[in-house]
Amino acid sequence: MNFFKLFKQNKSAPIARERLQVLLAHERISTGRSELVSRMRQDIVDVIARHVGIKTDDVRVKINHRKSVFTLKIDMEVPTAQDSS
Amino acid sequence: MAKVVVVTSGKGGVGKTTSTAALGAALAQNGQSVVVVDFDIGLRNLDLMMGAERRVIFDLINVIQGSANLSQALIRDKRLENLYLLAASQTRDKNALTEKGVLQVISELRKKFDWVLCDSPAGIERGAVLAMKHADIAIIIANPEISSVRDSDRIIGLLDAKTERAKNGQEVEKHLLITRFDSSRAGTGEMLEVDDISDILSIPLLGVVPESKDILSASNLGIPITLSNKNSTSAQAYRDAAKRLNKEDIPIIIPTKKRNFLAGWFSGRAA
Repeated sequence: MNFFKLFKQNKSAPIARERLQVLLAHERISTGRSELVSRMRQDIVDVIARHVGIKTDDVRVKINHRKSVFTLKIDMEVPTAQDSS
Repeated sequence: MAKVVVVTSGKGGVGKTTSTAALGAALAQNGQSVVVVDFDIGLRNLDLMMGAERRVIFDLINVIQGSANLSQALIRDKRLENLYLLAASQTRDKNALTEKGVLQVISELRKKFDWVLCDSPAGIERGAVLAMKHADIAIIIANPEISSVRDSDRIIGLLDAKTERAKNGQEVEKHLLITRFDSSRAGTGEMLEVDDISDILSIPLLGVVPESKDILSASNLGIPITLSNKNSTSAQAYRDAAKRLNKEDIPIIIPTKKRNFLAGWFSGRAA
């Protein structure tokens, strides 16, 4: 009967969501995709932008992994006083 | 300044080509000059979606190999004068697409158009990487289905690693476009919700295109849905997405969620 069917719905979507969350957390580690670089860039921009007018694109953040060395390179263009006036 | 956009997904069959055609036409309708470029070498289909399959004489590979120049290969749309197509070649030789050639074509297109929309092949191989290489913006097409979401996540990883912007320490602007969304099934918990997908992928949402019969009839006709059936909800969703690409602030309408108790009951009885 229809009335009972309403309470017996097939809720598979929550299972799909959970499986994806577990799987992707795992895969992101193995493929090296973490949001580290973009989060750091945003934090850096936020700090600098409090003092001078810069945009996200003005800041370049690069991470390099070599065997035992981990390098972080930050490169940014800061507008001169003339530009910002 | 020209914007280069890659329409990508990882998984095949989710609607990359349909979306490229629909968004390209919608941007052109807003008055901007647009070129849609098919990167699916050997399996071109964007020409069909644009209804230009019989007008392809020269293609992307001809331009790269120097056997035609760009203006010979650009096919102007019959309906919109500021919309152009650059078709892919049907050659089986995937290596015909070279890194240097792609750079040269994209830089020429940047000078001529406001928008360069690159329709990526499925997969994560060479063709897909070359399609995203010079992108400023990426539109990731996903269906509310686990394999599509997983593959989208891989593609986001590639965008952060293999593009020129990534190599320069910059970021490709990423947008999520969910297609084939069935609101009634999501409402009853049978299908992933829009929020689930955008939370999992953690990139901003560009739009939600509902599953619709109109999409197939648009492809049958060879007319982008945004031109063929202006009243269709799918066409509306693409038009809004195109406006959001232009930084217009338009609220995203997610098609009605739950059927209410009585409506469900009555429609159930009538069936």
